[in-house]
Amino acid sequence: MIPAAFEYYRPRDISSAVSLLDQFGDEARVIAGGHSLIPMMKLRMADVPHLVDLQDLDELSGIEVGDTIKIGAMTTQYEMINDDDLADVAPILREAALQIADPQVRYMGTIGGNVANGDPGNDLPGLMQCLDAVYSVVSSDGKRTIPAREFYKAAFSTARKDTEILTSVSFCAPKGGCAYVKQKRKIGDYATAAAAVQIERQGDRCTAASIAMTNLSDIPVWSEAAASALLDTGVDEGAVKSAVSGMLGDIDPAEDNRGPVAFKRHVAGVILTRAISSAWARA
Amino acid sequence: MSKQQQYRIKVNGQEETITAEPRELLIYTLREHLNLTGPHIGCETSHCGACTVTMNRKSVKACTVFIAQADGAEITTIEGLGDPDVLHPLQEAFREHHGLQCGYCTPGMITRAARLLEENPDPTDEDIRFGMAGNLCRCTGYQNIVKSIKAAARTMNETREAAE
Repeated sequence: MIPAAFEYYRPRDISSAVSLLDQFGDEARVIAGGHSLIPMMKLRMADVPHLVDLQDLDELSGIEVGDTIKIGAMTTQYEMINDDDLADVAPILREAALQIADPQVRYMGTIGGNVANGDPGNDLPGLMQCLDAVYSVVSSDGKRTIPAREFYKAAFSTARKDTEILTSVSFCAPKGGCAYVKQKRKIGDYATAAAAVQIERQGDRCTAASIAMTNLSDIPVWSEAAASALLDTGVDEGAVKSAVSGMLGDIDPAEDNRGPVAFKRHVAGVILTRAISSAWARA
Repeated sequence: MSKQQQYRIKVNGQEETITAEPRELLIYTLREHLNLTGPHIGCETSHCGACTVTMNRKSVKACTVFIAQADGAEITTIEGLGDPDVLHPLQEAFREHHGLQCGYCTPGMITRAARLLEENPDPTDEDIRFGMAGNLCRCTGYQNIVKSIKAAARTMNETREAAE
């Protein structure tokens, strides 16, 4: 499997990287860990005449943990899993990252690539919508931020322009309890269905909730209907059933080799029920 | 066709200069330029782990890295772990505990396991199964692979303790 030929660049700083994107427009792609892009290039489903490798851009690495958590785009899943400060404040990141692909892929795969690629199968976009994260992007016009909940337009189509590079992902330290639950056919597979849930509680009442689903539409699905069904309830069986039915109204799965639509909707309900139960127990 | 470039990589402790197109996959560089045929081509789609090598202290699938990305990297293949006269403790353990049958996945298994044991010298069965999840074996059913890695961990820990 030999990909089409390309010119390779390894810029030393962001401004060189964005000027390459300015120069080559949609003929250029940035590469982070490459574990989504390289397989697509090998299959010749992605045509990349100019490949801009971000590995030398140290400013895109690193995890800052405070009231706000900021994760540099080139931070790998392996680094997220092994960052104890991050795990103290947002254990959901470790929980979700451990469910991505397999160990070899997690050494290379980055948070930036995972959220920016726009693959509906990627796990972190749904989680970032659940946590109301914001993506920072930069171009020669300057910097801007895009909320995760407004980033995804269609499969592999996002609010990021061809001339922009996603530099970091930021979100508030999650309050209450979180869970990321994923059903997959085998290690390394994308989700048949996955759910990201955040719940805050006071006593036995749910005071805030956020729910997003992975791989059940051509973009991640942040379901306000599902979350609002839990608000001001004791997250009892009835409330969870209402949340599931709210979620089922928002997803739009397609039949593929992971199963027919009816099966995916069934699995989505089971997975969301488990994720709510786990997040509630941790809240 | 893009132009051939020169790349420098350090493989099993030895500096190498490679002339190749940037699109060449690292597994081909290792096998065809350097004649290191230990890392195998299995699925060639980032799934099976037969091509696993260590690059800059990470286990990576060499079918999913361009030589251009690897420029400047330090790489260890199965050939860098042991040789037929002096087996690595993992190789010894795989032989002793029947951790292989056809052997095709074994270089990738052992290279991955070596990195796993560097990070976690005393893994549980579950740690091993989780840490080896990127390597597929179609012969053994994995049971003996887990046993082999556990046994190797024991040997390596004993050797370390004896040295201290």
